[in-house]
Amino acid sequence: MSALLELDSNAGEGDGRLELAPGLGKWTTEEDLRAARIDLRRQIARMERELGELFATTFPRLGIEWNVGAAGGPRVLGIDELSATRDALANRLAEARAEIARRADHEQSNRELVERMIADPAEYRWVRVRNEDVGEPGCKHWHSRPKWGIIGMFLGWWRVKLSSGCPLATG
Amino acid sequence: MSDPEAFAVRGSVDPSLTDEFPGLYLRSALVERGSGRSTRGMKQRLAILSDRFGGPQAIAMRSRPIPWAYRVFFRHIGLDPDEQPTPVEALTLERMKKGGFVPSNLLDDALTVAIIESGVALRAFDADRVQGALSIRPSMEGEGLEGRPGALPDATLLIADELRPLALLFGATAAERGVHPRTTRTLLVAVGVSGVPEIAVEEALWLAAECMTGESGS
Repeated sequence: MSALLELDSNAGEGDGRLELAPGLGKWTTEEDLRAARIDLRRQIARMERELGELFATTFPRLGIEWNVGAAGGPRVLGIDELSATRDALANRLAEARAEIARRADHEQSNRELVERMIADPAEYRWVRVRNEDVGEPGCKHWHSRPKWGIIGMFLGWWRVKLSSGCPLATG
Repeated sequence: MSDPEAFAVRGSVDPSLTDEFPGLYLRSALVERGSGRSTRGMKQRLAILSDRFGGPQAIAMRSRPIPWAYRVFFRHIGLDPDEQPTPVEALTLERMKKGGFVPSNLLDDALTVAIIESGVALRAFDADRVQGALSIRPSMEGEGLEGRPGALPDATLLIADELRPLALLFGATAAERGVHPRTTRTLLVAVGVSGVPEIAVEEALWLAAECMTGESGS
């Protein structure tokens, strides 16, 4: 099938047989081209499903690019356009997965930081970790701060305070 | 309208397209009324639907089978579903932006209910401006869409009657072919693609028609 992806879909039209891209040196029929298009459509469908699942599992993380672009339509796309769509989907999937893996590492280290902060707040004075930093929705944050304000600061009474969530909407 | 299967009329698909898209099909249903003001029952129905359909459902939509099937088909025909959303995703985006499904008119509200409940792509035409049977076909050389300057690019996919194109497939409607305030008969049209069961399409048409005629008790 990979050879079929190299076909020049405009070559040899009119006699029912189409010439392969230079170098492949043999002829094929419209049936072969259709089979190649069907196979590419199947690949696009599979990648679109994977992208949709990734999109759903990634929420609420922001700033990940999901757009793939299109050849323009509505019309029946040729092999080269279907290949371009398939490749764009594959690239987008790879980039999204890499970005999510990078963020997952970062979020894991932040979760470990929160655990260390709770175990020893004085070691992490004034450190603040937001929900967003650990890949969760909402406005909650962990903040290492002194108990009783300035008195606690002088006496070394530090604690991790958990905020109560998002501020109320104002009229 | 007691049998959804008999109620939905089968449209044809050009043979060149059935080879490429074996799952592509078209169904239509005639409703003996036009649009008009939305009823109180319909507004309540939209409010209930707004409560049922929130952020989590919107996020998970792409991975549900029917919306996914339309997204895939959009990619297959050169449309970007993120730039030109599928019908169900377009309504979902509006729901998120406006905080609910905002009542508009009877036809639009009926389509909203049916599309959100089923995920199926529905649209409507003025039945008195449609000549003969509907089909999905590629445009012919030099053919245009009423109300749009110039000819369409060759082989643009269309919904057409026996005389002329009515709309681009999943795109603009020809001028004067859509439903307007003087419309007295509405033709509801559903486009099914591979992965969308026919029963879902028939029920979507059934649901939209019920909403318009008030037979659902709303």
